[in-house]
Amino acid sequence: MANADAAHLEAHATGHDSAAEHDHGPTGWRRWLYSTNHKDIGIMYLVFSIIAGVIGGVLSGFMRMELQEPGIQIFHGLAAMSYGLEGDAALDAGKHMYNVFTTAHALIMVFFTVMPATVGGFGNYFAPLMIGAPDTAFPRINNIAFWLLPPAFLLTLMSLFFEGPAGMYGSGGGWTIYPPFSTSGQPGPAMDFVILSLHVAGISSILGAINLITTIFNMRAPGMTLHKMPLFAWATLVTAFLLLLALPVLAGGITMLLTDRNFGTTFFAPAGGGDPILFQHLFWFFGHPEVYIMILPGFGIVSHIVSTFSRKPIFGYLAMVYAMVAIGFVGFVVWAHHMYTTGLSLDVQRYFVAATMVIAVPTGVKIFSWIATMWGGSISFRTPMLWAIGFIFLFTVGGVTGVVLANAGADRALHDTYYVVAHFHYVLSLGAVFTMFAGWYYWYPKMFGLLYNEKLANAHFWVMFVGVNLIFFPQHFLGLAGMPRRYIDYPDAYGMWNRVSSIGYYITFISLLIFFWVMIDSVRKKRKAPDNPWGDGATTLEWTLSSPPPYHSFSTLPKIDSTNAH
Amino acid sequence: MAAASIHRNEKVAMTLLFIVLGMTGLAFASVPLYSLFCQVTGYGGTTQVSSGPKGIIDREMTVRFDSNVDRGLAWSVKPARAVTDRIGASETVSYTATNLTNRPITGMALFNVTPENAGYYFNKMECFCFTEQTLQPGETVEMPVTFFVDPELDQNHDLDTVHEITLSYSFFASDQEGS
Repeated sequence: MANADAAHLEAHATGHDSAAEHDHGPTGWRRWLYSTNHKDIGIMYLVFSIIAGVIGGVLSGFMRMELQEPGIQIFHGLAAMSYGLEGDAALDAGKHMYNVFTTAHALIMVFFTVMPATVGGFGNYFAPLMIGAPDTAFPRINNIAFWLLPPAFLLTLMSLFFEGPAGMYGSGGGWTIYPPFSTSGQPGPAMDFVILSLHVAGISSILGAINLITTIFNMRAPGMTLHKMPLFAWATLVTAFLLLLALPVLAGGITMLLTDRNFGTTFFAPAGGGDPILFQHLFWFFGHPEVYIMILPGFGIVSHIVSTFSRKPIFGYLAMVYAMVAIGFVGFVVWAHHMYTTGLSLDVQRYFVAATMVIAVPTGVKIFSWIATMWGGSISFRTPMLWAIGFIFLFTVGGVTGVVLANAGADRALHDTYYVVAHFHYVLSLGAVFTMFAGWYYWYPKMFGLLYNEKLANAHFWVMFVGVNLIFFPQHFLGLAGMPRRYIDYPDAYGMWNRVSSIGYYITFISLLIFFWVMIDSVRKKRKAPDNPWGDGATTLEWTLSSPPPYHSFSTLPKIDSTNAH
Repeated sequence: MAAASIHRNEKVAMTLLFIVLGMTGLAFASVPLYSLFCQVTGYGGTTQVSSGPKGIIDREMTVRFDSNVDRGLAWSVKPARAVTDRIGASETVSYTATNLTNRPITGMALFNVTPENAGYYFNKMECFCFTEQTLQPGETVEMPVTFFVDPELDQNHDLDTVHEITLSYSFFASDQEGS
């Protein structure tokens, strides 16, 4: 990130007349369906993510409406409407449907919203630009990786309409799909759809990761050593390695689920000598790195934004790089902190408590460095900066509750309560999603060549900031008071904070309407964005290109000759 | 430049692909590794198999017995009564199983102990747990278990407050026709 003036590029980006270059590529639907262009594929990932995010967000809206009051308000009606059931059958199916919605919400947000946006979208679009590569190493694999996602998403959506447990629809065991509920508990095909969906999404991510790692290793511009590479490219690299190491383990685990369900194996069934706890180990060996997969690219994005709008190079570049590497590494050896209540021996718990808390150190280094970057900087509170600072604040709150939950003793009381829900929404729904919006507003002028109305975009930020905090902060109180997750109903005592939380959802929903308004407004007004709308602080290579960048960027490779060009 | 760089890319991609295959292999290898791990460490209340007791110490331990029968197995199984003795003494108790139907049924039993970290110290010298058993129609059999608690338990301070160990058996039909 960097103070390297863009001028360090000796060979400037080529392809000034991008219109002529377009003629070489396919047009119309072929341009997108057959696309091997990393920028087009990046845009498709982002659009896909927005669509999936809206669907996942609407699902959570139903949940918040249901939880607004004690008792069961809407799901028995929804079940009656969707499945044609009546009376008690509708009530039971409605209760299950609530769990189906939480499951689908989680799967959609994790696999089809956050991952496509951060790794697929921004990673594909900007990692190659930042390292001065003309495209990714394997453009066709890139195409396959993207086009595997819509079918995977479709499989998840279809699971909602197939039988899960007898007489009910959809898979309702949470995104963790623990057996035995995911094996003998839900014999219908819904769970098979979910498993296959995860397989396909996993293959997509693995292909994408191989492509990005190869690109970053082999296609950096002359002079761009790894230690001069911008932090977002580093974040993408570390994330891709996490994907590569974690996803195969998930694939193995859910394949065993699939054979347990359909082919009579007993990997997780005690009747045949298996152990359901083994699945939890496999799942969380994937699942814990997965949460870093979702947040690391965001760390990269925020570093760029903080540096750009403080007009200072990032503080402690090398520490920032190795903090990410350390987080990725330690992320693989802390998985059982999700399993404190499964009967781990005290020594094992002690290890996982200590290892988990160690993660706070590199994370603290990052938070510290972002603040130190702002310190004494010439800060301008443009829209991306608001999102980035909002992220730092919210992620720190989520990190603190994470340290609380890392304690096995405290976790035994808080396990599976709303405290956990609040914690992971602070780091993901508020943390990761804020970095996505930060990246979107930071690079929107670059990607689409259009400016947006910053007043509106700031309104989006403030309304969403208030909304999400109103949703999730009270959930700490609910969790501390003992309200368990994954239930459609609760005792009256939890009524007030649930109502507040639901009101927060409606405010957040309004903020999303503002988001779309910002986009529509920007497209209608058609105000051309300059190559670099952010001024001297924006020093990475993408700002040396036109806005939007030419179809083929860097046909002549830029040369990085500065000693401090990160 | 193009040919060389494509070759270089393929090399990296193949390496990465091997990592993916290796991790997938590890996921499956974790199944036997996990049961090996449980046997060695007593994780999850896995009991130990032993040939003989290792001496008796002056601390009492109550061992309780529990039985569960899967709904797919038409047996009734009555656990033995609890025994209290000094740690290290070997004991023999019997479970009583009855076939409730009028056809022969083969079942088998799985077991563990709680608290789970006592598994490492719970030694069985003889039991019915490793073999399948066929009960004739209406037949009742005694199923003996001979066990002792390893005196080394006394050195594990995690277990200082433990005065009771429960041995639990779950019975399953060996084949689906068993029900």
